[in-house]
Amino acid sequence: MPVFTALLAGLVFGLGLILSGMASPAKVLGFLDLAGSWDPSLALVMVGAIAVGLVAFALARRRTATLLGAPLRLPTATAIDRRLLVGSLLFGVGWGLAGFCPGPALVALGMGELKAVVFVAAMLAGMGVFELLERRRG
Amino acid sequence: MNIDWNAFTPMASLAGGVLIGVSAALFVLLNGRIAGISGVLGGLLRPARGDIGWRLAFLLGLLGAPLVYALFTAVPLPRIDAGWGVLVLAGLLVGVGTRYGAGCTSGHGVCGLSRLSPRSLAATLAFMGAGFATVFVLRHVLGF
Repeated sequence: MPVFTALLAGLVFGLGLILSGMASPAKVLGFLDLAGSWDPSLALVMVGAIAVGLVAFALARRRTATLLGAPLRLPTATAIDRRLLVGSLLFGVGWGLAGFCPGPALVALGMGELKAVVFVAAMLAGMGVFELLERRRG
Repeated sequence: MNIDWNAFTPMASLAGGVLIGVSAALFVLLNGRIAGISGVLGGLLRPARGDIGWRLAFLLGLLGAPLVYALFTAVPLPRIDAGWGVLVLAGLLVGVGTRYGAGCTSGHGVCGLSRLSPRSLAATLAFMGAGFATVFVLRHVLGF
C-alpha cells in the first residue's frame, strides 16, 4: 500500500509540474529573471501548492499516524545554520544556471530529454559527493 | 519591473500548483512523509531496509507523469537552453546543495512553507535569492 500511494503522489506531482509549465527550464528562468521581461507564473504555482499544503499540514500536525495507520514523520530540525544556508545558496546558483531543480529535471528525463539525462546524472554525482563527505565526517 | 504577459500562464500555473499541493497532501497523510524530491532521491544513496520501495515508486510516478499526461493532451516540450558544460556544473551544484541544505523547491519551498517552518523559509529565501542573483549576473552583467 505505501508503494502504491507513493506512486500516486509522484504521478500527481509530475502532472502538476507539467501543467504548471515548470517542467520547462526556460519558463523557470523567466521567473528568476526579475530585471528582464518577468514571467510571474512560478509564484502562482507556489500559491496554489501552498494553499492546499497549509490545510494538509495543519491536519498532519494533529496526527501521529497516517490515514493508513503508519507512523507520520514530520521534520524535527529547526536550526538555521551554516549547512542549511550554504547548501541552499549552492542549490540556488545551480538552479539559476540551468533552470532545473530536482523535480522538473526528473519529469523532463521522463520525456526523454537528453539534456535532462545529463543534468540528473550530474545531480546524482553531486548527491554522491555529499554522501562520501558525510561518511568521512561521521 | 516589466511583466512578460505573453509568457505568463496564471490559470495553468495555479492549477498545476494545486496538483502539486494535492500530491504533498496525499504523501504526508497517506505515507507520512514530506514530498521533497531531493530527499526522496538522495535517500536512495543511503539505502536502508524498508526504505527503498516507496522512494522508487514515488520517482517512477514522477518519471511516468509525461506518459500519463499524454493520454489527456499533448505534452508541452521543455525548452532547455543551457549548454552541456553548464548543465553538468548546475547538476553538481543542485545535487550537493540540496543535500547540504536538506531540501529543494518542493521540500522547503512547498512543504516547508506550508508547515510554516522558519527553517524552510530561510532556505527558500536563500535559494530563491541565489537563483535571482545568478540569472541577473548571467543575463545582465555577463550578457549571456
